[in-house]
Parts: sequence; C-alpha cells; structure tokens
Amino acid sequence: MRISRRILAGLATASLAVTATSCGGGGTSGSFDDTVTVGILHSLSGTMAISESTLVDTEKMAIEEINAAGGVVVGGKSYKIEYIVEDGASDWPTFAEKSKKLIDQDGVPVVFGGWTSASRKAMLPVYESKDAFLYYPIQYEAQECSNNIFYTGATPNQQSEPATDFMYKRSPAAGGDFFLVGSDYVFPRTSNTITKAQVKQLGGKVVGEDYLPLGNTEVAPIISKIKKALPEGGIIINTLNGDQNVAFFKQIQDAGITPSSGYYVMNYSIAEEEISTIGPEFLEGHYGAWNYMMSIDTPASKKFAKSFKKRWGADRVVADPQESAYNMVYLWKQAVEDAGTFDDNAVREALVGQKFDAPQGPVEVMPNHHLSQTVRIGEINAEGGFTILEETGVVLPQAWNQKHPSSKGFACDWTDPSKGEKYKL
Amino acid sequence: MELLLDSLFNGVAIGSVLLVAALGLAIVFGLMGVINLAHGELMMLGAYTTYVTQLIFKLPILKPFYNSYIIVSIFLAFIVSGVVGILLEKTIIRKLYGSPLETLLATWGVSLILQQFVRSVPLAYGTGLIISLLIGLFLPTSFPSKIKESINFKYFKFSSWIFAALTGVLTGSVISSSVSKLSRASARNVDVTAPSWMRGQVEIIGTAFPKTRLMIIVITLISVIAITLFLNQSAWGMRIRAVTQNRQMSDCLGISTEKVDIITFGIGSGLAGVAGVAVSLLGSVGPNVGGNYIVGCFMVVVLGGVGNLLGTVLASFGIGIMTDLIGAGRLLSIWPDMPLPLSNTINFFATTSMARVMIFALIVIFLQFKPTGLFPQKGRMVEN
Repeated sequence: MRISRRILAGLATASLAVTATSCGGGGTSGSFDDTVTVGILHSLSGTMAISESTLVDTEKMAIEEINAAGGVVVGGKSYKIEYIVEDGASDWPTFAEKSKKLIDQDGVPVVFGGWTSASRKAMLPVYESKDAFLYYPIQYEAQECSNNIFYTGATPNQQSEPATDFMYKRSPAAGGDFFLVGSDYVFPRTSNTITKAQVKQLGGKVVGEDYLPLGNTEVAPIISKIKKALPEGGIIINTLNGDQNVAFFKQIQDAGITPSSGYYVMNYSIAEEEISTIGPEFLEGHYGAWNYMMSIDTPASKKFAKSFKKRWGADRVVADPQESAYNMVYLWKQAVEDAGTFDDNAVREALVGQKFDAPQGPVEVMPNHHLSQTVRIGEINAEGGFTILEETGVVLPQAWNQKHPSSKGFACDWTDPSKGEKYKL
Repeated sequence: MELLLDSLFNGVAIGSVLLVAALGLAIVFGLMGVINLAHGELMMLGAYTTYVTQLIFKLPILKPFYNSYIIVSIFLAFIVSGVVGILLEKTIIRKLYGSPLETLLATWGVSLILQQFVRSVPLAYGTGLIISLLIGLFLPTSFPSKIKESINFKYFKFSSWIFAALTGVLTGSVISSSVSKLSRASARNVDVTAPSWMRGQVEIIGTAFPKTRLMIIVITLISVIAITLFLNQSAWGMRIRAVTQNRQMSDCLGISTEKVDIITFGIGSGLAGVAGVAVSLLGSVGPNVGGNYIVGCFMVVVLGGVGNLLGTVLASFGIGIMTDLIGAGRLLSIWPDMPLPLSNTINFFATTSMARVMIFALIVIFLQFKPTGLFPQKGRMVEN
C-alpha cells in the first residue's frame, strides 16, 4: 500500500512537471529606453499543440523582427517587446485561467492567442469583464463581435462563400450536388448552415450532411452515405478538423471517391501545414480556400516564407493561420504607435482603420474589429502546395453572416456608440 | 443483396477495428482484472512502430523488401508493446493487484507519461531504448541454468543490462544518423502509407471493398484465432486459465503465478501493439491516437462479458453492425416506404454522432437487464 502511494505521488509529480511548461522569453536589450511585455497564449501540449505551436513560432518571429527594427516607439521612447508564453494545454478552461493570469498578474497590455472557437468562447468573458484585449488569428465561423477581441482570420464570407460559389459555378463538378462533412462542433455546423443557405440561393442541392465526433476516425458510415447520395460524383465540402482529415482522405481514396471519378472536395481547414501531414498523394486535385497561400508570388509573401524558414528551419512551411498571427502583431504595434500609449481604449480606437501591407496583400482593420482580406481558391498539387486558380478583390468582413438565418440583416460597428455589437442594417 | 453485402462488410470492418483494439484489453482486464488505462498508449506504441519500420524499410539496403514492411511491423509492434507491457507489469502493476482504483490511477499516469514520451524523445532513441529493454529483460533469462543458479548471477544480470544499454545507444545513434525524420522529437502527427499492393479496392461479387479494410479484418481474424489456440491448446494457456479461475489453488499446485501474470500482461499488451498497426492504416499516428479507442475498448469488453473472448468478438461485431445500420440510415434503404414518424426518427439518428449516442443508449439499456454482459463468467469463484 505504502509503495503504491509513493508511486502514485511520483506519477503525479511527473505529470505536473510535464504540463507546467510556461516560460519567459525575450533576451537582453540593446539600445532601448524601456521594455513592454506582451502575452502569447496558445496550446503547447495536448491535441492542438501541433497547430498552435506554429502560431507561437510566427508571433515570436514577428516580435523579433519588430525589435530588430527598433521596437515600438511610444511618446518618443523606444520599447523593446518581450513576451510571456503561456500554455493553454488544449483545455478551454485553462485558456480562461491563463488569460486572467496574464492580465492580472503579469499586467500585459495585449494577449495574442487562441485557435479553436471553444478556447475563444472560454476566454471572451475574461477579456470583457476586465476590459482587456485579445488578438485572435484564426479563420472562424463569425457570429460574434466583441469589443475586446480583435479577429484577424477570415469570416465565412471571406472564405466559404467564395469557395462554394467557385465549386458550384466554375469547378469541374460545376452544377453538381453537395455533400457536407465536418467535425462535430461549432465551426463546421455554423459554416454548413451558411453553405446550405447559399447553395439554395444558387439553385443547387445539398443531398447529405454528416458530422464526425471529435476524436472519432471511423468514417465508413460517411463513405457509404456519400456513395449513396452522390453515385455519379459531386461536390464535397469538408470542415473536418486536424487528424480526422487523415482518416477521411485515406479512406475515401481507398473507397474510390477521388477527383478522377468525379468527386471534388473543397476544404476549409487544410492549409500547407496539414497537406504535408496528410500527404499530397491523398489530396492532389482537391481544393482549398484561404486568404494566404504560400504559393502567392509577391515579394511580401516570399519574404514572409523566407524569413520563417530562416528562423525555424528550411523544412517548415507557412500557412494562412500563421500569416494572420504575423499580421496581428504588426497591426498592434502600428496601433500602439498611433495611439501614443499602451492603454487599451486608446489603442482600440487607433486600431480601426490601420492598414498593413501583409504577405497576402493589403489588409485593413474594419469597424467591426475584423480585417478586410483577399480570398484565394487553390487546387492542391503534388508538391504539397496550392496552385492558385482564383483571387477575389478585397472582401469586407461580415461579423454577422448575411446568409445565416439568425444573423441576416445585422452588422457590428464599434466606432459608433449607437451601433455597437449587433445592430439592424 | 448488394446492399446487404455492403452493409455487412461495413459492419464487420468497423467491428474488427474495435475487436483488434479490445482483444488485448479483454485479456488484461477480462482475465487478470487489471483496469489498464494505458492500453490505448500501448496501441499508440504499435502505431509508431509501424511508422518507424516504414521509414527504416525506405533505406537503400531494405528498399527491395519495402512492400512487406507492414507484415514485419505486425511482429515488431507485438514485441515492442509487449516489452513495454512487461516492464509496466514488473514495475507498477504487480504491486497493485487486487486494488483496482490504484491500478486505474497508476495506469492513467503511465498513459500520460507515454504520450509525453513520444512527443519529447526522438523516435530513433525511443527505438534504441526499446531495444535495450528487450535485451536487458530477456538476455539474463537465456543464460544456461548453471550460471543462473550461481551466487554471482547478479553480476551477470548487471553486465547484461550494461550491454543492453550500449546496444540501445548504438542502434539509436545509427538510426538517428541514417533516417533524418527520426532524429528529432516532434509532437506532430505522422503518417503511415500502406504499400501499393494494399491500396485501392478489390471487387467481390460486384461490390468494391477497400483493401486496407480487408487487411484489418485479416489481422483481426488471425489474432483472434492465434490467441484462442494459445489459451486453449498450449500449456501456458492452460496455466493462464487456471490462474484466472483460482489463483491460490494454482499457486499451491506449483504454477508460477508470477510468470503467468507477466506472460498474460505481455500478450495483452502485445495485442494492443498489433491493434496499433491496424489503426495506423486508417488514420494518422500521433501521441493521442490511443485515447480515441480506449472508451470503445472498455465498452466492448464490458458488453461482451468480462473474461470471455467469444463475448468480446460478438460484442465488437454487434456494435460494428449497429453503428453502420444506424449511422448510415440503412433501414431506410431496406424499407423505403416506412411510415413518416419512424423514418424521421431514423433520419435523425443517421449521422455519425447521433448513431454513437444511440449505441451508448442501447448498451446502457442492455446492461440494465444483463449487468454482467453477453456471456457472464459462471462458477463459485465469481459468486464469491
């Protein structure tokens, strides 16, 4: 008995040691007048660590770049940016807890963080009650507009809507029926509600829809449903998350659901990083829609990819979420310099209207705290990248989607006190 | 007919994944009564073994045999998970027999450690470590009995562990320097690609079946047959059954229960490794891959009746067929013009997540009536 307790205690300490991975960062300052410490809050352990750690890498790189260029200049004083990295551990309450710690204990003026919608929803009340500021870099389902969150990822009208339009009108499966597959949580369900409304408007038909519980990789029933609903091929809209994509693509290929037999999959969660994990041989000929793709042939895009590879290794890739994370650090810096202070309210006001020449092209912060962005449709190629087929002009963000039945006719504007979070257009 | 065949195949395919995953647990939990929450992680080790084997077979020397790497990895995965299982039994489980709660907590801790281990240790050195464990555990037992009985045996044991450690470090460095993908630790999920002969489909009576699924069914069948033969025909199998039924009595009759425990746990863990090979063919391989299966495994074992392999087999195929029937809305295609309220209900449950809800609900109801599962163990021991 005594032995068993000792072992258990040992195990407990061991697992604690594994989970406690927060660490400080930065370095020694050169010729700066002062320092400012910002918070970085992503999962460094657990399921989401694979994805979220790439954002930490990008944010660190952006901060290092800013420091190398003289830091943040506020009121004539130059500040070196230092950062505290906290681990959200893929556990949503932990995100809220660490947010409190960063705001109250470390007193950071801004937190860059989050990936999943669940983590953002868990953090939102913390930032609203403390009137602090969170920068969130992921394409998401929208239907949210907080005065304390700044969203640099795409809203559905900046990703899924142009993609659905492309699939129905101009893809090889144009005019075909739709089948929607997603992981069972808020983003796929909301995104698919919007897609269904849009397909109806376009005159198409959604013949089936299925959701895979998170963590489940058994896709055999979904495959037989796809075969039954789309016997002659058609359009599949895929919002599966993470590893479930690997199971899905491996198994649909074995079941003969491939571009050569007339099935085209449009993906909203597969970027360059995921292509290399899943394997381009499973994805070749399918599609993706993003604001940023590594294959964008502009000096800004090439420079971004090149500095990331130089900083973190030649085999690393950059993708849309990382670009959003990169942009938000720069936009914060610009807003702080314009406001002349680190104070939340002044920075918030200065933020709206900030323009930045991002790797994807010019972006601008809109009054609804989202970014105007360019949308690109790409075909996945054998090299594991996207061949860009289409590029829209700058698309304005809709925090409240205009195709979703519950938010049609509403908008968000934080610059006008009479409008605020949700007002009728 | 085609529909029925397709449905049956899908059910068997889903069921065989469950079965191969639960088989090891059926032995460890069913026969030994050990609640092993690290079972999923032993599967994960099997899946990583497949990945490492795949990369090693890409080396120029082994390239001609690349197509057979999956067969080799089945045996290697059995050994790797088996060795880790034996170590687990020797160090932790042995001290906790008869206290299920402590075992549960301890093995849960082990599962966390194993997950973090594959995240933070380069796979090449992980392989080295497994090799040294293998040598360290088995070299001393292979000495002639004359040496074993001598007083200086502990020195032999000690020196064989040193030899084991050196071999481990050596193989670790060799693998690390020859396969660059294995030389760095990474939390990122990796991918096992089936050799070309296992990809695509085969046509049987007009219906196309994915080859990987057929392969998993074959792996499952072979494992079930092998383990049944072992338990029922071999001497050690008989001893295992004897110890399961009455530990004290078997001990009195001269059966080394200690050895039986090690063998049983080793085989159960080894089977988890084989399951790992099977699931690596379906999805990606990552530190969390085992956690996705552990609930299903326990469900199957409990439903089948603890301590009964036949129950486990029937329970997995039962759950598999039900999952397909409900999840793919098969009943609607079999009986297209059923009354509206019924067809609406069936449609409501015809998504993967709702099918899971339904299956769990059915299992809960079933266990209300038969709390000991499909085939409960009978006998005086159990009643006591």
